[in-house]
Amino acid sequence: MYTEKVMDHFKNPRNMGEIEDASGIGTVGNAKCGDIMRVFLKIEGDVIEDVKFKTFGCGAAVATSSMATELVKGKTVKEAMAVTNKAVMEALDGLPPVKVHCSLLAEEAIHAALWDYAQKHNIEIDGLKEPKADIGEHDSFEEI
Amino acid sequence: MSKIIYLDNAATTQLDENVFEEMKPYFVEHYGNPSSVYSIASESKKAIDIARERVANSIGAEVSEIYFTNGGTESDNWAIKGIAENYVNKGKHIITTKIEHHAVLHTCEYLEKQGYEITYLNVDEDGLVNIEELEKSIRPDTILISIMFANNEIGTIEPIKEIGEIAKKHNIIFHTDAVQAFGHVPIHVNEMNIDLLSASGHKVNGPKGIGFLYIRKNIKLKSFIHGGAQERQRRAGTENVPGIVGLGAAAKIACDNMEERAKHLIKQRDYLMEQIEKNVDYIRLNGHRTKRLPNNVNFCFRFIEGESLLISLDMEGICASSGSACTSGSLDPSHVLLAIGLPHEIAHGSLRLTLSHNTTKEELDFVVEQLKDIVNRLRAMSPLYEDFVKAQK
Repeated sequence: MYTEKVMDHFKNPRNMGEIEDASGIGTVGNAKCGDIMRVFLKIEGDVIEDVKFKTFGCGAAVATSSMATELVKGKTVKEAMAVTNKAVMEALDGLPPVKVHCSLLAEEAIHAALWDYAQKHNIEIDGLKEPKADIGEHDSFEEI
Repeated sequence: MSKIIYLDNAATTQLDENVFEEMKPYFVEHYGNPSSVYSIASESKKAIDIARERVANSIGAEVSEIYFTNGGTESDNWAIKGIAENYVNKGKHIITTKIEHHAVLHTCEYLEKQGYEITYLNVDEDGLVNIEELEKSIRPDTILISIMFANNEIGTIEPIKEIGEIAKKHNIIFHTDAVQAFGHVPIHVNEMNIDLLSASGHKVNGPKGIGFLYIRKNIKLKSFIHGGAQERQRRAGTENVPGIVGLGAAAKIACDNMEERAKHLIKQRDYLMEQIEKNVDYIRLNGHRTKRLPNNVNFCFRFIEGESLLISLDMEGICASSGSACTSGSLDPSHVLLAIGLPHEIAHGSLRLTLSHNTTKEELDFVVEQLKDIVNRLRAMSPLYEDFVKAQK
């Protein structure tokens, strides 16, 4: 059901863990729906020097978190803002339709961590909106 | 992956080699249509008669009370919709439970749209129906009680005999979905006052695509599938002869070996539960500890999600299942786990391991060892576990 890339990122997740002195931390999703992602960013100057994640969720949730962190690592904040859920999905060679919401969650988690960073440093990031407290509901689908 | 350890026998089972041998002649050699008059057809007819007798014997029924269907789902649909239609003059109220298989639940939901009223009984934290609540919910217009024999997810065995007594006392038809129980635990339709019973072949080492509905003699149930006089004019369509032969053979083997297998399975099951409880923290056993199917083990592992657990086990060659939302294609975890009172976040982390009589202790030891590592690995990844550990400090 999953691509080789998804399986690879599930088996060997990149950047899994915590950053003690993170510049920004974002947590999205909810346990009720079965997905929670937390992203830690270490930003120096304008560059994401380090990024870590923790995820409670299915195989796709773990893999999209892992890939999303890979895609923003070493990038500037502006470049990281351009990493969309679509980019995460493409980098994983696709996701089953019922798992697309996992990639949205990964994008939201990065944005939430950037928001936290911006709040703490009293700056504004172009195109960044305050993260929703809960993104679990907006992508519900009918039972198949 | 060298070896597969199959612990999903509640989903389906491996066909018994002896069952396969009995089925074989009915594909190529004795292919005659049982309804035909020439002599080669009589072989097929004879085979069906033998299978029907074997199935009837396995639940203490009469031969004329067994109707072959294509499986448990069809049997449930036929029983419930059939009673609803035939007894509509008495009323439109049906009693069932919140933990039924979807074959029963979705059929009841369909009937609700047709103007029927359904009472979905609660269950306790072990998944047991409360007999007093059942009796209280009976109304003058109640036409059917449909309660499963044993639950497919958590393995809890319902008090079927007591339910049958209540149904009989109030003169209400009693249907039970016995798909998980048939061939695994003793069933006697007369002693248990069961009027209708659904079962399936592939859950007892028989073939897929075959099942039966037991219909007590005096029950009015019209044909559900029209187009022929098969099955005493109650279920049209040319008989699945090899399937029926296979079901009969599987029923006989399961019943002949039931006591011995159950004894062995209960030992294995309790060993597995004990080892998991000894080796993994923050878990919860789902289902009743003793009133449960001999082969069912079901735990929730806190702070982790079921699908990632299943994928990780699969990577080690272990086949299992989960009630997590991600495995069902919906956002909600299993209705059974919610009905026994689990919060969503815990219900997402469930794991069902269902053994077969061929499961070895070595396999179980391997599973526990892998499970321990996988749970640790997934918890190390889990923000919920991180928060929990921090809160403990």
